[in-house]
Amino acid sequence: MKGLKEILKHSTNYISGIAAAPGLTIGKAYVFAKEALEINHNELTDSDEAISLFNEALEKSQKELRKIFSFAKEKMGEVRAGIFEAHLMILDDPVLIGNITARIKKEKKFPEFVVDDEISKYQQLMFGASEHYMKERALDIEDIKNRIIRNLQKKRWQSKIPLGAIVVSGNLTPADTILFTKSSAVGYITDHGGLTSHAAIIARSLNLPAVVGTHDASERITDGDLLIIDGFHGVIFVNPDEHQINYFTQKIKHLNEINEEMQGLLDKPAETCDGRKIHLRANVDVSSEIDLVIANGAKGIGLFRTEQIIEELGEFPDEEEQVKIYATLADRIYPEIIIIRAFDIGGDKVKQFDLPEANPFLGLRGVRLLLENENLFKVQIRAVLRASVNKNVNFMIPMVSTLQEIKKTKVLIEECKAELRDEKLAYDKHLKIGIMIEVPSAAVMAREYAAEVDFLSIGTNDLIQYLMAVDRGNDYVSALYQEFHPSVIRTLAHIVLEGKKSEVMVSICGEMAADTLAVPLLVGLGLDSLSVSPSAIPSVKRTIRAVDYSKAKKLAEECLKLSSEDEIIKTIEKFFKDNLIQRTRNIL
Amino acid sequence: MLETKVKIVNKAGLHTRPAATIVKLASKYKSEFFISKDGLHINGKSIIGVMTLAAEMGSELLLSFEGEDEQQMNDEISGYIKGGFDEL
Repeated sequence: MKGLKEILKHSTNYISGIAAAPGLTIGKAYVFAKEALEINHNELTDSDEAISLFNEALEKSQKELRKIFSFAKEKMGEVRAGIFEAHLMILDDPVLIGNITARIKKEKKFPEFVVDDEISKYQQLMFGASEHYMKERALDIEDIKNRIIRNLQKKRWQSKIPLGAIVVSGNLTPADTILFTKSSAVGYITDHGGLTSHAAIIARSLNLPAVVGTHDASERITDGDLLIIDGFHGVIFVNPDEHQINYFTQKIKHLNEINEEMQGLLDKPAETCDGRKIHLRANVDVSSEIDLVIANGAKGIGLFRTEQIIEELGEFPDEEEQVKIYATLADRIYPEIIIIRAFDIGGDKVKQFDLPEANPFLGLRGVRLLLENENLFKVQIRAVLRASVNKNVNFMIPMVSTLQEIKKTKVLIEECKAELRDEKLAYDKHLKIGIMIEVPSAAVMAREYAAEVDFLSIGTNDLIQYLMAVDRGNDYVSALYQEFHPSVIRTLAHIVLEGKKSEVMVSICGEMAADTLAVPLLVGLGLDSLSVSPSAIPSVKRTIRAVDYSKAKKLAEECLKLSSEDEIIKTIEKFFKDNLIQRTRNIL
Repeated sequence: MLETKVKIVNKAGLHTRPAATIVKLASKYKSEFFISKDGLHINGKSIIGVMTLAAEMGSELLLSFEGEDEQQMNDEISGYIKGGFDEL
């Protein structure tokens, strides 16, 4: 069977975007374009009747929105669903409703005309603003306006959506996404948006594939086109040929077989043949992924990337919002643990701090930025502490490069604990603290740094980047980003060895851990825990269970003697072959 | 009538959630409440109005209150904005 790369090379009927939610599906496209509502511009005779119709439409809209609000709370979490609360308030806005009612009476125009005219005025002002988020806000308002008008015209548009379609759209408002979900959409494709767009979040929470940020998919795809979505790679095939259909049908079949096999593994521990237990945990970007985490049998959350909350909300969450998010996750994963990583802002993540830095990756990011913004940091520390009452919450500091940063953070944590004590708020007195090892200086100093904390977690993505001095997003040098470079493997071995000297747990939470090829080596190097994306859990577990720890140790020893990435990869591949272990990830 | 100048101190500006909170606070009082910014003059009891204000960090708002409970209303709302929407 040829690989995806090979197929892409010989095809032109594909669209690429951001792989926002994993999965494979074949289905018919439903291209969603907002139908333009026709507005009656005529004058009416009975304005009292018109006003009572308007009030009816408002009530109906409120009812619909309340339903969406409660569904959204369930699927997206209370904080994110908060946007619908503001929308509900608009339907109750005394000034807006008062103006509309007065104009219907005075101008004797159809309510739909006045509603359109009044709300559009506000939208014009929003569109005119230079801030990007104001345009989004204007689009959200569009949803409210159309809802009222539709209800005035007593139209129901949602009945037109075919069941089980792949929804293709320029943009999806939160309300649209929720509605499609209710009509059993099987996948989402959008022109705009990123990993935290509404469609992406909902798709992930429902385990449906999604590709977003395709730029022009909604123009290139027509209603009823046959589509293949590959949510693992962010690729969509439009009206695939026989060869492509066969390839993906095979893949889907394989995926289902693996899933079935994995289901059998669900309750089995991540343990080598000779009984070494590995903590296999999940990396979580958005809280709605928790369903997938549990469904895939992860034993805890090894990394919760809190900066994604800022991306999602477009703002910093306050203490209460954070407590709610952290406590909900901690509650769902209990009795397993959740490791909450402090906001890793800077580098390429989160634009809230728009700092003019020539070299953001070598600049104010991670703990450096947090220590410069103590209030922000303390709000988060307090929220983490308050969510830790059941003693299954750990806290992790990103981008540590000096001992001073660890000490300063610990002082802040103590300050927060004292505050909470004064306020008589409960928290875990023994909250475990860990650091990310992703800067070479921290890797070198692992023993001394580990002595200050309870655990180390290696972030391979950044560590490799800094170790090899290579930006993996830069095509000119991305070939130098080598996960299996001997310097990387030796650094990992050093961190594990030094960490153990200080008697702390050492885990790895970078993408490397999700590569099944790396699994025997990582196990052999003596890592206690691996944390990978939820969808990679089953295949990693399967590999761990096929490996013998004593043999993996020998493999690691052997690899530590080699001097090129090529030799190391060949050695590991031979290990798989010699021990008759099948690599599941090859199938995907 | 009472007038107060306030500055937005939050990094994220006047976003949706504090906008909703301001309106909720305002609706508890009987007095009239208006917000002015860059020539835009909106009723502070209107959520859609307040959402129309693109108020970034550092931007200045002029709040005006008029009515029997204007003092308390001013204290609570100005305090909420100056205090960084309880987020800082």
